[in-house]
This record gives sequence, C-alpha cells and structure tokens, in this order.
Amino acid sequence: MNSFPILDQKDTRSGFGAGLHELGKQNPNVVALCADLIGSLKMDAFKKDFPDRFFQVGIAEANMMGIAAGLTIGGKVPFTGTFANFSTGRVYDQIRQSIAYAGKNVKICASHAGLTLGEDGATHQILEDIGLMRMLPGMTVIVPCDYNQTKQATIAIGAHEGLVYLRFGRPKWPVFIPADMPFEIGKAQVLIEGSDVSIFACGHLVWKALQAAEELAKTGIKAEVINVHTIKPLDTKAVLSSVKKTGCVVTCEEHNKYGGLGDAIAQVLATTMPTPQEYVAVNDSFGESGTADQLLKKYGLDVPDIVQASQRVIKRK
Amino acid sequence: MLPVIRPELHFLGQNVQWTIPTELENRFLVTFEKFCTRTLPAVTHGLLLAASNLPLPMATTQTASSSKSTSISELKRIASQVRRDIVRQVHGVQSGHPGGSLGCADFFTALYFHIMKHDPEPWDMDGKGQDLFFLSNGHISPVFYSALARSGYFPVKELATFRKLDTRLQGHPTTHEGLPGVRMASGSLGQGLSVAIGAALAKKLNNDDHIVYTLHGDGELQEGQIWEAAMFAAGKKVDNLISTVDYNGRQIDGDVDDVMPLGDLKAKWVAFGWDVLETNGNDMAQLVNALGQAKTRTGKGKPVMILMRTEMGQGVDFMMNSHEWHGIAPNDQQLKDALGQLEETLGDY
Ligand SMILES: Cc1ncc(C[n+]2csc(CCOP(=O)(O)OP(=O)(O)O)c2C)c(N)n1
Ligand SMILES: [Mg+2]
Repeated sequence: MNSFPILDQKDTRSGFGAGLHELGKQNPNVVALCADLIGSLKMDAFKKDFPDRFFQVGIAEANMMGIAAGLTIGGKVPFTGTFANFSTGRVYDQIRQSIAYAGKNVKICASHAGLTLGEDGATHQILEDIGLMRMLPGMTVIVPCDYNQTKQATIAIGAHEGLVYLRFGRPKWPVFIPADMPFEIGKAQVLIEGSDVSIFACGHLVWKALQAAEELAKTGIKAEVINVHTIKPLDTKAVLSSVKKTGCVVTCEEHNKYGGLGDAIAQVLATTMPTPQEYVAVNDSFGESGTADQLLKKYGLDVPDIVQASQRVIKRK
Repeated sequence: MLPVIRPELHFLGQNVQWTIPTELENRFLVTFEKFCTRTLPAVTHGLLLAASNLPLPMATTQTASSSKSTSISELKRIASQVRRDIVRQVHGVQSGHPGGSLGCADFFTALYFHIMKHDPEPWDMDGKGQDLFFLSNGHISPVFYSALARSGYFPVKELATFRKLDTRLQGHPTTHEGLPGVRMASGSLGQGLSVAIGAALAKKLNNDDHIVYTLHGDGELQEGQIWEAAMFAAGKKVDNLISTVDYNGRQIDGDVDDVMPLGDLKAKWVAFGWDVLETNGNDMAQLVNALGQAKTRTGKGKPVMILMRTEMGQGVDFMMNSHEWHGIAPNDQQLKDALGQLEETLGDY
C-alpha cells in the first residue's frame, strides 16, 4: 500500500496564493480581483508585486464578477478571490450570464469552503457550491486536496482556456501530495490501489479517506482511494475502471449530499454500471459554529464515517 | 428594601414590575445574585437572598418618553459592561470580531436600554406592538448578543457559549437556533436593509406604528443591494424606518477610503431621498440625542438615516486607530490589558 507521509501542515488557500503569485510572474495577462478579503485569500504577494494587475473592488462581489468578465475582452485572464459562498450563491446570475453563458475565461477562486472554516458558522459555510457550479454549462470544477495540489491547480487553470471554479479552504491541513506529482485537470489520481471498495474523495476529505483506508487495511479490507480533484469534467474512465475492480463505491466530500461529487459519480454509474454507493457528505443541512475537527465529526465527515460507509457498502455488493 | 434593589432595576431596564413568570425566576436570580455579590455589601446581599423567594423584578423597556430614567451616566456604565462582554466572548473562543463590536457598544446600549420599545418576554418573532432591530453587519454579533442578554432576552451566562459547538450564539446571528431577540440571519453583508424594509412594510399593513431600526457597516455599503433598498425605502415612503451606519472608516483590508471610497456618504443618502442625521456614535449624550431626534422625524414620508462616526475598537486603546482588530481575538495578556481599561459595572458573566 502506498503511504503518504505528512510533509507539512498548511492551508490550501496559501497554495492558491502561492500559485497565483507564480502565475503573475509567468503570464503578464493574468489579473486578479478581490472583494475585501486579500489576507484571507492570501493574495497579498500578487498584489504587492503586480499592483497594476490587481483590483480591489470592495465588498461588491456581483460587481467583481462583471468586471472580471469584461477584463477577458482584451485578453486578460482574471482570477477572482472571495469566500466560496460569496463566489457562488451570492453572484450566481452574474456568473451564469456574464461568464458561463457568455463563455468568458474567468477563474473563480473560492476560499473558506465547507464546514472547516469553523467558528464563523453557517452563513459562511457553503455546502452547495460544487452543485451550483457543476450545473453551469461549460464550467470546470476543481477541488484540490492539499496545499501542493492547490498551488498546482492554480497554475494549471491559468494555462487552461475556459471558465473554472477552484474551491479550497481555510484550515491548516496535512500536506501529503509530493510537489512533483503530476497534476492534470480532469485526471483523477489513484492514491492507493485496492480491490474491495473504491473510495472517491475530493478536497480536505482525501486525507480522511487515506486514513480510513489504513484503518480498513487493519481489518483486511483493501480500499482503493481515488482523488477526484476535478469534479467536472469527471474522469469517467478512472471511475469505471476502479469500480469494475471493486464493485462498490464510497464518495467523500465536504458538501451537501445533493449535487456534489457523490451525485456526479452516481450519475456516471447509474447510466453505465449501476453499483452500490454510500455517501459521506453533509445530510442536507446547514453547518454551524465550532472547530473544524468538531464539525467534521458532528456532521459525519470523519475517518470512522468513511470506514463504516465502506463496511456497509461492501455488504451491499 | 426597594432602594437596595434599584441599581439592579436600572441594569435590567427602566421600569419595573413585581410580577414574573416562574420559568423566568432562575434567569433573573442568576444575574441578580451576581450583581449583589459583586456590587452590594454582604449584609445587603444576605437580605436580598433571604427575600429571593419573593417574585423578582422583571424589566419592561419603555418608549423614549417614559424611559428618561436611564441617565447618560447609567448608559455609559452599561456600555462598559457590554464592552467587557465583547472582549471576553471573543477571547473565550479565540475567534470573532471585537473591533466593530466595541465601536458599536454605545449604540447598542442606547438602543436597547433607552430608545427602543421592546419586550424581551414573551419573545415572539413577529414583534407586533414593538420596535424591531435588524443587524445587517452580522459579524459584530458579540455586541448584539451582549445587548440582548443584558436586556433580558436570554441568560447572560450563555455568552460563554459564543461560537462554540452547539451554541445558540452562532458566529453570525441566526434564527436557525431560535435565539430570542434575533429575527433574521445575517453575516453575508448587504442584505439587512431589504429585510428591514419588509418588516417595516408589514408594520404598516398591520397598523402597527412602531419603528424598525437597522445597523450597517460602512464597508457593507459597498454592496449594491444596499442601494437598491435605499431607493425603495425612499421611493415607497418607508418612513417607519431608522437606519444607522457604523461609520468607522475601516473594513477588513484597511481604510474604507483605500479599499473602495464611499465618497460623500451624506450626500449620497440625501440624493437617494433619505432624511439624514449625523452624530458621534461614541458619545453617549450625542448619540441618545440623535436617536431621539430621528424618532421625531419618522412618519414624515422619508426613511431616516443616522451616520454615526465611530472608532473601531473604541474603549480598548490598542484595538483603536486601525483596522487590525476587525476580526482577531485577544490573547490572555491582551484580554487582561483590555479588561483593565473597562470597568466591570454589572458583573461579568
Ligand atoms: C457578502 C459578504 N462579502 C464579504 C464578507 C466578508 N466580510 C466580513 S466583514 C467584512 C468587512 C466589513 O466592513 P464594515 O462593514 O465596515 O465592518 P467593520 O469592519 O467596520 O466592522 C467583510 C468583507 C461578508 N461577510 N459578506
Ligand atoms: Mg467599517
């Protein structure tokens, strides 16, 4: 079994900040916009070194999306930065019309997604954003799993032509993806090979899935862990080839059970290869204040939840 | 014994009745007893405890005309305790927003202890026959929670649960947990004025002549929805509405003038058709005067706006004069330093 030692503890948003800064150096057409959250989004370095290509729009997210769309007309590659809730739900129609329908090359970069932002509570903890963004025609949806991968993904979307939603988070989290591991948009990564159950995960829960696989191994269950960092377009080949081997599926995401990674995979399976599946996801509720660890536990997104879901789904084969 | 009890009555509100539903007795007993143990001589304390099987006083706040009894100096004492509550809440969970909360402590005290007509009990969502308040800049929840608890909406000791798992005192105020005194979820900025307009319209439809109050951050005014609402309120003559702005000139990323200047804010609201007042939001006498004046200007065909010049972090010297304390928590030493600058007047929770 592959093992993934913890290389560091870093927040994924810092991976975004580092990637954006790198892009600024590489591509003079990259511009960035922020809505009064420069520090939270770790955009300080970009702002400092490329002040002419950085736009502070104030607390006005709808305006930010429109300006970003306009900047593409003239060849700029805009990256917007605010919290996930204000990047999606708050500005849905602005994204839908001015970015998605108009086909503009905007990169919507969203921090503090999911429960793990912690104490700010439900108003800020969006659990519906993957669904909202997946539903927009043409939108690429990426949810990287650690600092290194978020940095890689940020750089990758800069070179990718088309609208992208990049989702990351607030807490310090284990860094376990080696910095030189190749990252390709739309290509899922088999992190651990196994034959008894396929565990598909995205974002922070990839680390939890790796832990769960170790627990399962102790009881003789060989879990395959697949990092689905790109939820749309989904790597259906990777999904099907794993499921052919294992015959059952657990999906893990820091998102409502409706509309996210689990549903994306269920759709592929239902239409090609109906397979027992268990969801590790938030059970159709809002979040609340608490620490990241407390909330993952309370809302059923922790290692034991993945272990139990795996045990349940294996029985359903 | 009445003279002995009187300070407690000021703390709870203005006018006092000697009847109280039994289910409330405990709640008032806690704060009442705490006040006695900390502030009154032991002898008196004994007397009061001996009398504690008597019905305890319940506060009912009155309209401004009948609530003059809350003097400016008393309001200042309450505000000092509210400030202690703010820094202690944020310190207790190492998270939250002390800066804006401290800057608005005087406003909340004036509003809840002198200006608004409101009854903490019995709590109901509709609030018919009462003035209503909506906090649009929900991140300053610590000051809101302190004002609500100190005016009797829920036990003061519940402030210790702020932002902790399973609390009713969520990071940003919510109706989701049923916390008395909160009528709308806020936290995502820019939405409160629209909601308040709706509530004000409902009051008109109900022939309820009470007033709806709101508070907004100045940074929050950068949201476009605020100006959609501003246009509506004036255009549709929502004149039972008094909105206020925490005009501290600061927001997360720095000074409002650097992040996204608001320009001539007074002229903007005037141009939108509002009746605009200006005041110093950290001078209790001026503030109470402005709020009182605003009330006299309701019912005249225009919504009323008060631009309150405030200082973020007001009352704690090292939290003032910058945006740094918008949303960070004091450590143990900083808490000590902060509390050293804020008199404990009503008993810490
Ligand atoms: C729609 C929305 N965008 C962004 C935020 C993040 N945010 C929280 S407070 C704040 C600054 C608010 O500034 P201001 O209203 O002046 O409040 P102050 O900092 O003075 O307390 C921001 C950007 C938010 N809560 N809601
Ligand atoms: Mg401000």
